[in-house]
This record gives sequence, C-alpha cells and structure tokens, in this order.
Amino acid sequence: MAVNETFAQYSNWAYGSAIGIYVLAMLFCLAEQAFGRVKTKQAATVAAPALVTAGADSAGSAVADLPDVDGTPAPEDEPQDAAPGQRRPLTERLGRMGVSLLVLGLVVHLLAIVLRGMATDRPPWGNMYEYMSVLCFVALAVWLGLMRKFPIRRATPYALLPIVILLFLGGTVLYTQADPVVPALQSYWLAVHVSAAASASGILLVPGVASVLYLMRSAYDSNPDRWFRRLGPKLPAKATLDRLAYRTTIFGFPLFTFGVICGAIWAESAWGRFWGWDPKETTAFVAWVVYAAYLHSRATAGWRGNRAAIINALGFCVMIFNLFFVNLVTTGLHSYAGVG
Amino acid sequence: VTTTVDAPKTDGGGTPPPPRTPARTALAFLRNTWRGLTAMRTALILLFLLSVAAMPGALLPQRVLNEPQVETYITDHGWWGRLLDKLQFYNVFGSVWFSAIYVLLFISLVGCLLPRTVEYFRQATAKPVRTPRNLSRLPHHARAGVAGDAEDVLAVARGQLRGWRTVEREEPDGSRSISAERGYLRETGNLVFHFAMLGLIVAFALGKMFSYSGQVIVLANGTQQAEFCNSGVLNYDSFTPGLRVDGTKLDPFCVRINDFKATYLPSGEPESFNSNISYQSGDDLTTNTWQPYDLHENAPLRTAGDRVYLLGHGYAPQFTVTFPDGQKRTGLIQWKPDDQTTFLSEGATKFDPPDTPNASQLDKKQLAITGLFAPTAAFNGSILTSTYPALNNPWAAVQIYQGNLGQSSGAAGQSIFTIDQGQVANGQLKMVKMVNMKLGSSVSLPDGTKISFDQVQQWVSLMVAHDPTQDYVLLFAVLLFLGLATSLTVKRRRVWVRVTPSGDPQGPRRTVLEVGGLARTDQAGYGEEFTKLSARLLESARAVPGRKDA
Repeated sequence: MAVNETFAQYSNWAYGSAIGIYVLAMLFCLAEQAFGRVKTKQAATVAAPALVTAGADSAGSAVADLPDVDGTPAPEDEPQDAAPGQRRPLTERLGRMGVSLLVLGLVVHLLAIVLRGMATDRPPWGNMYEYMSVLCFVALAVWLGLMRKFPIRRATPYALLPIVILLFLGGTVLYTQADPVVPALQSYWLAVHVSAAASASGILLVPGVASVLYLMRSAYDSNPDRWFRRLGPKLPAKATLDRLAYRTTIFGFPLFTFGVICGAIWAESAWGRFWGWDPKETTAFVAWVVYAAYLHSRATAGWRGNRAAIINALGFCVMIFNLFFVNLVTTGLHSYAGVG
Repeated sequence: VTTTVDAPKTDGGGTPPPPRTPARTALAFLRNTWRGLTAMRTALILLFLLSVAAMPGALLPQRVLNEPQVETYITDHGWWGRLLDKLQFYNVFGSVWFSAIYVLLFISLVGCLLPRTVEYFRQATAKPVRTPRNLSRLPHHARAGVAGDAEDVLAVARGQLRGWRTVEREEPDGSRSISAERGYLRETGNLVFHFAMLGLIVAFALGKMFSYSGQVIVLANGTQQAEFCNSGVLNYDSFTPGLRVDGTKLDPFCVRINDFKATYLPSGEPESFNSNISYQSGDDLTTNTWQPYDLHENAPLRTAGDRVYLLGHGYAPQFTVTFPDGQKRTGLIQWKPDDQTTFLSEGATKFDPPDTPNASQLDKKQLAITGLFAPTAAFNGSILTSTYPALNNPWAAVQIYQGNLGQSSGAAGQSIFTIDQGQVANGQLKMVKMVNMKLGSSVSLPDGTKISFDQVQQWVSLMVAHDPTQDYVLLFAVLLFLGLATSLTVKRRRVWVRVTPSGDPQGPRRTVLEVGGLARTDQAGYGEEFTKLSARLLESARAVPGRKDA
C-alpha cells in the first residue's frame, strides 16, 4: 500500500494554511472583542413576540412570553448586534469578517483531511496528528453551526484559542508523516470507532469552552468590579452559555458512549477482550462518569449553574488528558500516536 | 436516579412523637440511610468518587496488565511504592475501596429505579393533569379571542394535538379545556438506560467469574509441533482462569498452524500478518476432520464458544548436531524477539546426547546453543545486530556450551530462552565455542561434534479466550446507548388549551382561546416548539368562523 506523496504534501500545505487562516480569523474576532462597544438591550425595549399580537383581531389580548430557562427570547444582558437597517460599526464588521474567514479555514481544513485520506488510502484518523485534526475540525464546525442559533459570535476567540493550540501542537510536536497503519488498526472499526471518538471529543470541546466562559461570566455577574471587569460584559449571558453547554453535551455524550461501545467491540476482535482497563479505556470511563455526573447535576437542586459548569469543564479536561497523557506518557494498547 | 430529595416529613403538632425504642431507632436509622443512599446528591458524590478512584488505574502500572512493570515501580519508589501496594493501588479495579464505591452506587441506583419504575407504570395509564386555573402563569402562554363557537374551536384544537395524550374536561365556570402531554418515551429511555446499566454490570461481573484466557506458542509449520488442543490447562504456556474456573471442562477444540506470513514496510513497520490454520471442534474432533481458516489481526477464529487470536510471532532457528559417533539430533525451538521492530531475538536450543543410558552420564554430555539471532544481519565489528524484521539475511551469533545443563536438578522449571548461568558459574557447563553462523553454515567443536545452522522457521503466539457473558454485555451496551439517546432527545412536555365562550349571547359567537405550556424536564428548546404549536392552534382557530360563514 504505497502512499501518494503528492496528496500528502498538498494535505500538509492545506493543514498549515488552515491554521494560518484560523489565526487570522482569531485576530479579527479579537479586534471586535477589544475595541467593540457593548450595548446591552434594556428590558423595556424587548419587543413582545410578534405571534400573539399580529392579527389578534379583537377581544384577544397579547401576552408576551415570560423569559424562561430555555426560552427563545434573548436574555437582557446579552451583548447585542446593531439593529437591522443600521450601518454596522467597524468592529462588528471585523467580527463578521472573522467568521467568514473561519468558514474559509474550515473548507481548507476539510481539504487537508480529505487529501490525507486519499494519500494513505484509509480513513484519515490513524494517528494522533490526524486525530487532533479531525477533532478540531468537528469542534469548529459545531461552533459555527451553533452560531446560527446562539448569540456566541463574540465568544469565538475563546473557542478558537484551544483549537489553534491543539492544531499547532498537532502540526509540530505530534506530526507524523503519511503512512499506512499497523495491522492491528486495519479494520473497518477504525472508520467507526475513531471517528466517533474524535467527533465526540470535538463536540465536547464546545461545552467545555462554554462552561469556562459561564464561570467567567458568573464571576463577573456576582462582582462586576472585581472579576473580568473588561471581558465580562462582552461574554454571552449565563443562560445562553448554560443552554449551549447542555445542548451540545446531550449530543456529544451519546456519541461518546457510542464510540466507547464500538471501541469495546473492536477490542474484542483485536485484543481478545472487550474491556481490559487499558489506560485509555480507564480514562474514557472516567470521562464518561464525569459527563454522567454533569447530566445528573443539572437535575439536582443546588448543583445547577456554577457546579454543573465546573463538572462539564472538568469532563473536557479529562478528555484532553486522555488524548495527551495516555497516548504520550503511559504505555498501553492505545499508544498509536506514532510519536517516537 | 430520583430528581428530588424527600425531606423527612414531620408530624403535625397534635400528636406527641412516639416513644423511642431501640427497634424504632434502628428502623429510623435504616430508613434514613436508605433515603440518604438513594438521594441524587449521594449518587452524584458516588459518581465523583468512582471517577477519582478509577484514575490511579490509568496513572499507575496495574498487575493485571503488566506485573513486571509493577515490580519495577515498587522498587523504584521505596516505601511509597510499598505503601501503594498495601493500599491495593496496583490492582485498582479489584480493590476493596473501588468495589465499595461501585457497590454503593449499584445500591443507590437500584434504590432510585424501584420507585421510579412503579411510578412509571402508574403514569403509563394516567390521564394528563387538570388544566391550571391561571394559564398565564406558566412559562409559555398565548391567548387570543376568535370568532366562532367554543365547541368548534375545541374541535380544531383537538385536531392539532394529534399525537399527544389528551383529556378533555368541563370546568365549573363553563369553559372547556384539553390537557395534553407527550414525551413519555423520555422516561422509558431513561429507565431502559439505567436498567441496561445494571444488566451490563451484572453480566460483566459474571463474565469475570466464568471466563478464562490462555496463551501458547506453537511453530507455524503444519507439523505436530504446530498443533494446540484446548483439552487441558497444561497445554498452555500461561493460563488465567476466572474466579469460578478450575481448568477442567474447557471447550474442546484443536488448531494447527500451517504457516505464518508477515509483510513489512521499508521502514520495518509491519504491514500485515496472516496465518493459514486448520481447526477442528465438535463432531470434527471424532472424525478428525480439519477446517481451514485464515487467521489474522482483527479476525480471531471463533469456534466451540472460544476465540483464538493471533497475538505475536517470532523465529525459531533450527540447528542439527552431528555427534562424534555420527548420530544426528535436530533442535527446533522458539527464540524470543528482544526488539519488536528488528526482531533481533535471543534463545537457547538444548540437546541431550544420544544413546546415553545413564542419567548421570547424560548430564555431562549435554549441549546448548545460545545467543542472538538476526533475521537481517548487520555487523558492528563482530557484534551481530538486526536491521529489518524479515528473513533477508539470517545470522546467528552463538555460544556453544557443553556439560550439565542442570535440568534434572529438581529445581523449578528452567527458562526455555536461556541456560542456567549457575551451572556455568560452578563449572559444570563450559563454553566451547563462540561463533557467528550464517544460515546454512556449520562449525566443528574440539571433540569432533559438528553443528549446522539448517533453517529458520516461524512461530506464532496464540491467545485463547472464553467469556460466556460477553454477548449479554453487548446486548446491554446497545440497550444502554438506545436508552440514553432516547432519554436525551425526547422531551416531556405539557400543553393546555382552554376555550371560554365570551361576548354577548345574542350577538355573534366569540371564544377566548388560551394556550399554556410547560416543559417538564431539563430540556432546552421547548420554547420554540411551543411557539410553533400555539401559532398553529391560533391560526386554525381563526379559520373556523371563516369557513362557516362562507
């Protein structure tokens, strides 16, 4: 199985370009963060939802939705964009350019992944470098997708920061040249198990970031003069971040579960047992339990809010620990980093 | 796990508290323990403890995975290492403290699930709850006045609530309402998830009792030496029984390894392994029929309830010794690869002299060929190394010993890969020659014995695994996943519709339509659904009189 060196080379160039574009996007978004003024909507200006007022021909009275825990109306302390029709200020336009750059970066990134797969003629997630690339791609794609539903554009630099760091580490320290995988990995489970694990990790990066932001915003809200005096008001509202974290976790967690189950099925046919407390398996188990604790904490009085956010952030720390420490430091059956 | 914590109910002021008796106190203690244990907060804390307690299993070497590594760790870390050993940190998943946590969690889970299951079945037939008096106090609410008869508006609402469990009620003030609820599947998924988890734990534990695994090395040449039969524990090189396995009644089957082929990349990285084998089980054992199988990585042989895995491989150099009297003996035994990338191997091939009736004489004339074997040889001066794992240029750097190998001394079994250095030290075993031999070459010893390096064969190490409950574990894992996905995607929510006739009884009929909604679970996004649903309801209600008037 020969490696197509041309594709491999193009893939590397695309990977490097994607990082460059992401950094540029981050600079644009940071400019918005740094120089943009924050207008927060006053409670009085909240428009009553149109649906009940419009066409309520006579006796009907329009009653606005109460802002509820999972409600659609934007919380009042959300940073707002300029109203439609108004010319957008430069900073906001910069932020939007940053997002456009992000889309471009994502396309180039996808190209890097696809070319890598074509070069090696196997799923392009066979070592740690490739895994990291897929993880970051999924995380960013999810973030961009969520931007349509949640007012999180201004928080983009916070999501980009860990992603760019991971991609940089992947491209330098962990870089492995395009090669076929060892016989143990030559299975269709590579396509299923590893993609599920990488996507789940990528998705779970989003609630991890959102939870850290939640804690920052929560500290700011409780004492605006002491904590994050400048950053705090530019962060999305607590309710938004909490909702974002929850809704991405309930998607990432089952996928992670699926990935672990697939891993167990594969381990049964590759290593002779479906579960053997290999360091990777153990840490995955720990992460799974932490995320289970997060979901339970959201249904326990006194554990919502800050505590839930801490648990979620902790969950992502365990995922990252599992990625780096277990692959690079311990020796287990999962040591496929290809870093020597 | 239950979502609320019941505070112990205090009696009303009227009755005096019952007198304290030991039995009552004990009962109260038990009740409070049970309540405490099954509370959500406790479950949360236990989940945390479980994750913290599992961590050393990933950070410290574990006996079940790598015993020598544990020993090295203990020696390297002195008293600290020994303390960790006493506290069972090298066997985390069999330790008392880890077991204590999961047993408590298990009890907590059962304690939560029982009342919840009862509640679930009670709910299965229950009617949606009565419409709240004041719908505008609900998190979601919409209200409009429409033209038309209350009955017609209600009929329209009924049509829009298809798929919901509904009940209609007449209220004292003359208005009518529909209570609707849906998303019962969420609780179904939730219970399936938790019960599947219980099942998985039980199946896993049973598996630990009745499973076994063993390893064995056999030559890959299709001869008698390439056969392995699962007829007894002694046929294995190493055997790990489950807690309830005594090594008898193994599932009978036999395998024969016909060949082994490995291909490598130019870098020496393996590209593929595969081995043609024959096996027999069941009726084939009595008729001595062999079935073919292509054994390779990720494709174990599954037969007779067991699985056979290709775990590793290596080389077995074959030497022929021609004794001074002309008799020949051939030695063929596996050497162990010291380096997994170049397969530089070490080993010892041992010979007994022929026609020696007396055991004491036998001992004095034994012969051993020991040293290194390189599949692709390279020399650093005269030091042999290997540069590639395939058999491109096989050489052996051997020391030949004559004398007493010490095998009959009654001591514990000798390693098959080395000679007993004690025998060398006490002078009973002497090195007579040290030489680098290319494949096909031969050397002569001072006493006229001739040794030739004939050929190199391959061996494979096989693992046999038996786990009677793993299919159940898989089944529960799949149920667990399905339950989890269902319980996280389905939302339990309620909607109420109330129609109240309004306006002048003589004039055109008018109706006030009110809709209220409540998401019962921690599920974001009901707001959007409610908005759509109430818009649709109001929309179609407005269409009622239009149709009638036309």
